[in-house]
Amino acid sequence: MNVNPRREDNCFSFFPSTFNLRSFCIPIMWDHEIKAMASSHAIIASSVFMATVVPAVFIRGFSVYGTHLLWLSSVTGAVSVVNVAVFWLLGISQPTKKHTIGYKLSRLVRSCLYLLLSCLFYHTVVVLYGAPLIESALETFSLAVLLTSLTTLRCLCVLGPNVQAWIRVFSRHGAMSVWDTSLQITVACSVIGAWLGAFPIPLDWDRPWQVWPVSCSLGSVIGYLTGLVVAPAWIHFHRKQLTYKCK
Amino acid sequence: MKIRTSVFASCVLMAQVLGIALFLRGFFPAPVKSAVPSKSTLSDRPAEPLTGGCSMLRPSFTPPITHSVVIMLVDALREDFLFGPHGRANMPYTRHLVEQGSTHSFVAKARAPTVTMPRIKALTTGSIPGFIDVVMNLNSPALLEDNLLWQAKEAGKRIVFYGDDTWVRLFPKLFMEHDGTTSFFVSDYTEVDDNVTRHLDGTLKREDWDILILHYLGLDHIGHISGPRSPLVRPKLQEMDDVLKKIHGSLVAKEAEGSPPYLLVLCGDHGMSETGSHGGSSEPEVNTPLVLVSPAFRRKAGFQQPGVNSVGRLIPAVVEETPLRDRLRYLQLNGHQLSCLLRDSVAEHHREVGVEQLRVAEKSHGGWMKLYLEGNTSEVLGNVGKKVLRQYLEALASMSSALSKQLGKYDMYSMVAGMVIVFQALSGAALVDVPVLPALLSLPFYLLCLLLASVHVLVCTSAGASCYLCGLSWGLVFAGVAFASATLCVLVSMATRRIPPGPKIAAKSGGGSSSGWSLSELDVLLLVGTAGHTLSLAASSFVEEEHQTWYFLLNTLCLAIFQDVCRKYFREQRRPGGLGEDRDARGHHPSDAPLKTGRVRSRERWLALATPPLTLACCRLMRTLNQTGVQWSHLPGMGHWLNSSEHKGALSLVAALSLLLVYVMIQRRCSWVSRVALALGLLGVYSYRAAVGNVSFPWQRGGQNVSKGTVEARFVYIFVLGILFSGTKDLLRAQLAAGGDGRLKSRGLWEIYCGLVLLVALLFRAHNLPVLCCCLLIQTLMARFIWRKLRYDAAQTTIMHYWFGQAFFYFQGNSNNIGTLDISVGFVGLESYVEAPAIFLTALSTYAGPLLWAGHLVCYLNSQSR
Repeated sequence: MNVNPRREDNCFSFFPSTFNLRSFCIPIMWDHEIKAMASSHAIIASSVFMATVVPAVFIRGFSVYGTHLLWLSSVTGAVSVVNVAVFWLLGISQPTKKHTIGYKLSRLVRSCLYLLLSCLFYHTVVVLYGAPLIESALETFSLAVLLTSLTTLRCLCVLGPNVQAWIRVFSRHGAMSVWDTSLQITVACSVIGAWLGAFPIPLDWDRPWQVWPVSCSLGSVIGYLTGLVVAPAWIHFHRKQLTYKCK
Repeated sequence: MKIRTSVFASCVLMAQVLGIALFLRGFFPAPVKSAVPSKSTLSDRPAEPLTGGCSMLRPSFTPPITHSVVIMLVDALREDFLFGPHGRANMPYTRHLVEQGSTHSFVAKARAPTVTMPRIKALTTGSIPGFIDVVMNLNSPALLEDNLLWQAKEAGKRIVFYGDDTWVRLFPKLFMEHDGTTSFFVSDYTEVDDNVTRHLDGTLKREDWDILILHYLGLDHIGHISGPRSPLVRPKLQEMDDVLKKIHGSLVAKEAEGSPPYLLVLCGDHGMSETGSHGGSSEPEVNTPLVLVSPAFRRKAGFQQPGVNSVGRLIPAVVEETPLRDRLRYLQLNGHQLSCLLRDSVAEHHREVGVEQLRVAEKSHGGWMKLYLEGNTSEVLGNVGKKVLRQYLEALASMSSALSKQLGKYDMYSMVAGMVIVFQALSGAALVDVPVLPALLSLPFYLLCLLLASVHVLVCTSAGASCYLCGLSWGLVFAGVAFASATLCVLVSMATRRIPPGPKIAAKSGGGSSSGWSLSELDVLLLVGTAGHTLSLAASSFVEEEHQTWYFLLNTLCLAIFQDVCRKYFREQRRPGGLGEDRDARGHHPSDAPLKTGRVRSRERWLALATPPLTLACCRLMRTLNQTGVQWSHLPGMGHWLNSSEHKGALSLVAALSLLLVYVMIQRRCSWVSRVALALGLLGVYSYRAAVGNVSFPWQRGGQNVSKGTVEARFVYIFVLGILFSGTKDLLRAQLAAGGDGRLKSRGLWEIYCGLVLLVALLFRAHNLPVLCCCLLIQTLMARFIWRKLRYDAAQTTIMHYWFGQAFFYFQGNSNNIGTLDISVGFVGLESYVEAPAIFLTALSTYAGPLLWAGHLVCYLNSQSR
């Protein structure tokens, strides 16, 4: 049998990096960064909460199960707007050298393109997983849009429309700042949440949340919220071991 | 004591088999036996209270209510076919009788397994057959238990039977006259019924029979072909209605001539599910109508909600027109029967509430008889009688519920013991140095012996549980206990010996968390998926929908492989822009580390990248081909669409294309002789399907005659045997050659695999041929571009093959429901039923998916180890 030599070298991973002995900078104290992250995450999480509660006041008969599509769109919208606003205010993304209008415009167009591609990608994957192809296509696509707003949009906010940077962040030992680590954690949590959310569908309990795609979207939102809580905590407790490569 | 790995492995295997056998013994408990060891006779019956043995007033048995009985059994007659909203259109005459005539109608509940042979047994013996009877369904031996027909024959009744020949095999020599129809040609739904009806006119005119039994199969066949919503169902039901009208008319005419009263029974042996199959325990499969028509019943004014009767109880409504004395007598006899059954199956039957109630009821029955014989005709007699009646009914109800509780019991102790043995065997590792002596001398061994023995004594003495293990002799039990505890000690000591080195090694290698036990994401997925699937089997709906679990895991596996492939091929210099972008959005990114593997041709790289998405697409297509499971099985699949007669052209095209692809994919590694044989064999498969009428040749234009295709199937069998022979020859030559010729050996193995594929192609239904094609396509692509190139080790490949095999089991349209078993496969190329080949072919086609993947695993591992 073949012995597998591939394990040693660089491996891409969902799991955040813990050790890197090869090259690292002197650890900086990231206390203020962690604080900023925790507060921004709190804002985002509260936006999800508000997106669930506020429409119930204005719209008659609004509920998470009953008017699921409405809830999905409100959560998606709230998360997108708050994410963009928070990260724009914090100024996390890489400072760009050029400030011409044309460059900014091309960045914007590329971002929109990536978002669209990511929606299509998620939709395809969900259909391959067994979602009905034609009937309830709208529900499936809403789920894809939700997943995009939870994962891809955040990538765009933190890293910009820069595929190289994305590849770097999502390969093992690729995180270069606490924001990269938190991005890894939240993205992994949302995707795994959506994945786990599919499990109760075949059970014959006849509950309202077993209807497609309620359990999956609930799973991804819960996973996302978990990620938001876990990321600062994890970074805080591992700050001694965490080392980041120099930029 | 040192033993070889292979010996140890076979010991483990033996223990596994033993454990599973013990588990099965517990799962299929010995059925509840009738109190009377063989067939009961008149003298076994209890006497009517107070009349004692010296009854001069009347004979010991009550006179029969009716003299001639016609039982019309319609296979797979579902309850809503008659009582449902369309009942009036389906069976107008019967429905009219139910609503206005002197009838009693009920919804009868059939117990699972709802398969014809066990149901016939249940109807005639009154017992509840187990799942083990299903295995016997194909080949039913004569029924030896006490049954209705035997009793009727003993009482001098003359029985005439027409219909399903299962009856003839179950009750040989009991019928005065019979004509059996074989039920195995499922595609025929007119001739089976005409065979029965053609006798009807003659028989109804004659006077020389007492019981006439008719078993109609057509409806069941229609269900199997096209389901309960098929346009064929209504004409068939109307035909059944006409038959019933004819019988009823003739019986009424006879009665008018002065014949004694008759009884006409219309019943079904089981229903059919929404897909038209049966065997499970869903509502539509279980509920069947039961209509009793007789002038002895009161005429009804309107439609009553059909009642639901229960296990082993007399239906009081049926006898309500008879004198009170007879009614009480019937109930007494019924109570006696049930108490006999209870005595046999429950250890402490005296403590049962029902038995106590029966005793009270019998006492008051005696009191009533005293009043009756004294000639008391006052109101008191009627009131007391009603009270006795009520007491009897209560007693019957509680005894019947106690009995049904008994029936659902498994032999838990045997099952647990079997499982413990299986787990012990599983935990055994593949090594080698077995510390038997020290384990035998240790203290825990004796403690464990004592513990197990005490558990055994405790289980066997408490609650009078009737387990198989308790029936064993004490010597055997002690040996078993000693052996089990010895194995446990040995395993524990082996495990403890193995554990300590772990941390040490980790410590030595120092710091690197990725040494020793490191697992890649794929490993984690494979382990968690397999364990998670096992755990999911604890929930019954996950068992019903097991295919969903496998499809889900398979998709995740494909995505994980895809990510692995991306990582491998994008590690070298990425082309700017290009195809990878939408995938990148997911977060599956290659890393731009320095390239190690050297230049890979770009064509190969794109093929490798395309393989997992292609696999995913194939899986999605196959999933729509056959809908299985319970919850969504009513949704029409692609298979239904292809099988309908309007789309024969499409089905032909799909089948031909799949066979062509199959040939293209497997011929490369065969010798030229096998190639020719394979081509001819696949042509034979197509012509077999054309002969059976599933597909058509392009030059055929309608009006073709459908045959059984025996010649074509045998033609294919010859080529299968030829290919298998050539493969075996190659294998033997490779073994004999000095040092073993690797190439010859792998070619031999591949040819045997090809033979298997050809056989499966013959057995698969035409619409399932794409499944076979996709299976081979995925195997070829995966082996070529994924498993070899990414250097997955043997364990990973094995687990992946296992997952694929399980998923293909469901892609074929199988499920965990016995109803999806396709027994018609057992008749491919055979003129009549022959047991051994039929069972072999059925098993082969059912487990074709797992078998093909196992075969491919052997070929692949062999080619890798060279």
